[in-house]
This record gives sequence, structure tokens and C-alpha cells, in this order.
Amino acid sequence: MKAIVNISLKAGVLDSQGKAVHHALDALKFEGVNDVRVGKQIVLNLAQTEKEKALAEVTEMCESLLANTVIEDYEIELIS
Amino acid sequence: MKVAIVQFPGTNCDYDTEYAFKELGCETQILWHKNESIASDIDLLVIAGGFSYGDYLRSGAIARFSPIMKAVSEYVKDGGKVLGICNGFQVLTESHLLPGALKRNEHLHFLSKHHHLKVVSNSNTFLGKMDKDEVVNIPIAHHDGNFFVDADTLKELYKNEQVLLHYCDENGEISNPNGSVDSIAGICNAEKNVFGLMPHPERAMEAILGSQDGRKMLEGFLKD
Repeated sequence: MKAIVNISLKAGVLDSQGKAVHHALDALKFEGVNDVRVGKQIVLNLAQTEKEKALAEVTEMCESLLANTVIEDYEIELIS
Repeated sequence: MKVAIVQFPGTNCDYDTEYAFKELGCETQILWHKNESIASDIDLLVIAGGFSYGDYLRSGAIARFSPIMKAVSEYVKDGGKVLGICNGFQVLTESHLLPGALKRNEHLHFLSKHHHLKVVSNSNTFLGKMDKDEVVNIPIAHHDGNFFVDADTLKELYKNEQVLLHYCDENGEISNPNGSVDSIAGICNAEKNVFGLMPHPERAMEAILGSQDGRKMLEGFLKD
């Protein structure tokens, strides 16, 4: 099973990279962009085949290492 | 006085830190991160600056799980004093031994220059020999020095006198180089035995190199 973890700064935590990218898009005359957030994606190839167990395992990975929950949120997507 | 300096793969201020404490007359030892214990006669443990594990994932995030860090947590629990400088500060926040987190600098640039700092609280071992509002000139060198805590935690930090240093200009007026909440450059834990700061006092040990204000700061740890 594959797990895709998307990590981004929490709402309310200033995303300087997102802001810089937004400025650059403005400079390139791309109109109608209201907000830009830059995150990171971690793709895990898991031995686990049961979805529920996989979700529990990856959640634990996120809480302990993959995300810093002081400033970051994470979303997990499982693909079997 | 005995000072141990933790060395991870990627630490690069270990020998500068060792030099600084030797200058102050301390006995020093470099402690490789695979060690699982800290000698009981160590008076101060320093987590030095650098780029532990290449700063991969987040600065300090992987170093946190090195074998030595379990021993560091125990050492802290037993009241041992720990100082984290730059990457060491990041490792301490990632380990939850200090509150908050260090984000990418607001303007995204790596900063490497001298900067002034103002003492906010001296009711602790580290800055106990300095005056409140005293201004020192100390180098900074970081990419992820943008200190973040939520509003409630910030209030707590001030209430408990855990905010150690503000970034300022030479006159002591607030000047924020990296976007840190409230221009905070360093903090300590509630028990006041774990200290973290982004600036490098160990790089300000002699006037000929621009400043010797680092001595004043590190001398706080020396036994009377």
C-alpha cells in the first residue's frame, strides 16, 4: 500500500515561501490567485495491506517525526 | 567545570564551542551522538550549531532521535543544565525540551552577520551575571531562525520569565532580522535548566574578531 502524506504550515502560521511564490505569480501577471501555501509531500511504500492499520501507523509516523505539529498540519491519503 | 558538547553528523560548531569554553577555563569533551549516557560529573551539556543530518525534513527533526537524546532528556529531568545554540536550539524544540518551533526566516534568506541582542530576563543561570536590558553584539548564522509560538504560550513564556533575549539594534531598540515572534532570539524552559538561542556566543570570544560579548554570556554558566 502507498501512503501519500501532505504537510503544510497551519492556518495562522505565516508561510513565507507561499508569500514569495504568490508575489512571483503576481509579477508574472497571473491574475486571480487569492492565496498560495507551499507544503511538502512524503510518499511511503508500506508493507501493510490493511487500510485501518496503515492509517494508524502513518498517523503515528506523522505525530512523532514527519510533521512538527506545533506549526504544521498533515493529511494522509492511502492508495491500495 | 566540565562541559560536554554533543556532536551529530553535520554539527559544525562543536570545535568553536569547545574552544570558547576552554578559553573560559573549562574542561571539555566532545560527545558523539551514538553515546547513550552522559557522565554524572558533567556540569553543562551543549548542543552545538551546524546542520545535523543535513537539516533534512526539518532542522533538528532527525537528530532528535539520535541515541544521545534519550540521555539528554534524562539529564534534563534530573536537573542537568543544557544549552542549545542555533541548530542545538532547533534540536531542543523538536525534542519538546523547549516550547515553540523555528521556521524558515521570514525573508527566506540565510542570515550571517553580527546582530545586537538585549537581555530580557536574567532570573536564570545563563544570563544571571548580565544586566536586564544589557545589549550585546553576537553573530547570527541561520536559515531557520524564525521563532514561533502561539499567543497563549507566548504569554506563559513572559509570565514565567522564560524569554531570555530579544533581537535589537545597537541602541537596544527592537530590530527583528528573521520574523521571530516578538523578536525573540532565545528562551529557556519553565524549570530554567534548558536554554536555547539562535545567535552564536561562541563566535564572539575576542575583540580582534569583532566582539567578545560572547564571553559575558557563556560566563554565566561558570561556577562562582
